Amino acid sequence: MRGKNSVGFIILILSVIVLPHIITNDYYLGSLIFTGLNSLACIGLCLLMGYAGQISIGHGAFVAIGAYGAGILTANYGWSPWPAMGFSMLLAAFVAIILGIPALRLKGHYLAMATLGFASIVHVVTVAAVDVTGGPSGIVNIPRPNLFGYLLDTDTRYFYFVWAVVIIGVYCAFNLIDSRVGRGLRALHGSEDAAASLGIPVTWYKVQVFILSAVYASLSGSLYACYVNYIDPGPFDVSYSVLLITMVAVGGLHNIWGALTGAVVLSLLPEFLSFISDYLRLFGIRYQQDYNTLVYGMILLFIMLFLPEGIFSGLRGGLARVFAVFKKSGQASLEGEFAGQSSAEKLLGSLSGHDQ
Amino acid sequence: MTNNILALNGLRKNFGGVVAVADLSLTIAKGVISSLIGPNGAGKTTIFNLVTGFARPSGGDMIFSGRRINGMKPHAIAGIGISRTFQNVQIFPNMSVLENIMVGRHLRSRTGMVYACLVPPVLRREEKRIREDAEKQLHFLGLAQYADAPAGSLPLGSQRMLEIARALALEPGLLLLDEPASGLNARETIVMGDLIGKIKAMNITVWLVEHDMDLVMDISDHVAVINFGSLIAQGTPAEIQRNEMVIAAYLGG
Repeated sequence: MRGKNSVGFIILILSVIVLPHIITNDYYLGSLIFTGLNSLACIGLCLLMGYAGQISIGHGAFVAIGAYGAGILTANYGWSPWPAMGFSMLLAAFVAIILGIPALRLKGHYLAMATLGFASIVHVVTVAAVDVTGGPSGIVNIPRPNLFGYLLDTDTRYFYFVWAVVIIGVYCAFNLIDSRVGRGLRALHGSEDAAASLGIPVTWYKVQVFILSAVYASLSGSLYACYVNYIDPGPFDVSYSVLLITMVAVGGLHNIWGALTGAVVLSLLPEFLSFISDYLRLFGIRYQQDYNTLVYGMILLFIMLFLPEGIFSGLRGGLARVFAVFKKSGQASLEGEFAGQSSAEKLLGSLSGHDQ
Repeated sequence: MTNNILALNGLRKNFGGVVAVADLSLTIAKGVISSLIGPNGAGKTTIFNLVTGFARPSGGDMIFSGRRINGMKPHAIAGIGISRTFQNVQIFPNMSVLENIMVGRHLRSRTGMVYACLVPPVLRREEKRIREDAEKQLHFLGLAQYADAPAGSLPLGSQRMLEIARALALEPGLLLLDEPASGLNARETIVMGDLIGKIKAMNITVWLVEHDMDLVMDISDHVAVINFGSLIAQGTPAEIQRNEMVIAAYLGG
């Protein structure tokens, strides 16, 4: 991590430390925990999509694997949460290998199709395999994990835990980006042929980053299951996968901070909108139920229209432009002074007869 | 010249019913500049693609430094010391000029994904070394002032230089240049010729496909001419310029 990234990293850590002291309402703290879980999945997805240029439309399925893996092993088989999470991550990695090797051997967006199909299959299985997954009624009594003797039973504790995991996730992602592997991934995004001609095993690298993103997603799912103590197939349908992609794209595809921004904004936006939804009455029609969905869609549309590079790059570009204007006006006034001085000197020179 | 770095024995490539390379036998001597010329569609780029693993031969053998390289993947072929540039420049436009060359150091470093994730770059001595090596390469090519510019913003001539710098960063034994002077103006072509001479001086064998005959005749030690996928002549530039079959192939006589 270099320069600006380490500044961003410190800001992230400080806000995580401070936030629970400002927000004491359990409901909002809960929203922030969900935000952290989405962020975790989005970091992995950003490595896959933004850096390596491979699209997965089924990442929700890996979240589901994590959630159901942790849920089934703890609630039905009495495992402790940690090994259950670890096993779920291994399982997600294994599935990613099976899915990735055939799809990623080919150039182009075959992974998108394979993962879309995979997400549908996983959702159907979670609903239909009643004996294992509990079917539509799901799995109950998933325990909270115990960290160094502290049971993560309060929302504040779980908030710190989840966001600590997110911070470690961001840290690992930046380490990866600033390495030969990260460069290799960006290189094959630019040109697979050129990357291969420089000795980068293109297929294997694509599979590896797919595995990594699946592990991130699986961990997010496991932490979700342990937080809400109850899972059912509802949250893990294909639209959740699309939501994850939207978060990464809206925040900014080509930057981890962008993915994080997108996850935070889109996770919290519905909360803000539900707060104001009771108040709207337009043209004699009361928009009570669908008002927030409407505004949500409009905000997405506007972000994509006016900040096509994503919220993060857009805001950063805007700030840079504002700074540039300030700098320029400062410089201009300085130059003006110098110009004035030199013309004054010239005047003196001509008066005294020493024309330069 | 018994010391050959690359030998093609009866190399053949069919695309469906079309024969792109027909039983081509050719050797590339170590440490010299060899050129491959021929009319458009003669199969020059196909031969390069076969040697670098981007296409699979339909028959014949390719021996590089005593090792059969048929059927090896492009990245594995790069791993044994053959690097190349592309006819239509293939730089990484989304990365800076320096980063492009750092990618070229890929095979000279080893960090794997797990290690890279867990250990920050400042603790990886390798990362510093990659950067320094890449900077050296940039100075050699005279591109140092562009180090932080996005590679896609460079003019074509500099992009071709960058592509060569990146290929050289591998420290290859054999460098394949596919039309390095195409799209360059007269001055840039002269610079390119000088650069290829310098590469030879670094003890790297250069194999060149090029349409600029002045450049080819000027810098080559050995020239091979192909038409319709088979060899029609080879020899020193002076011999080729006198060869009637070559003149006929080029003038369509």
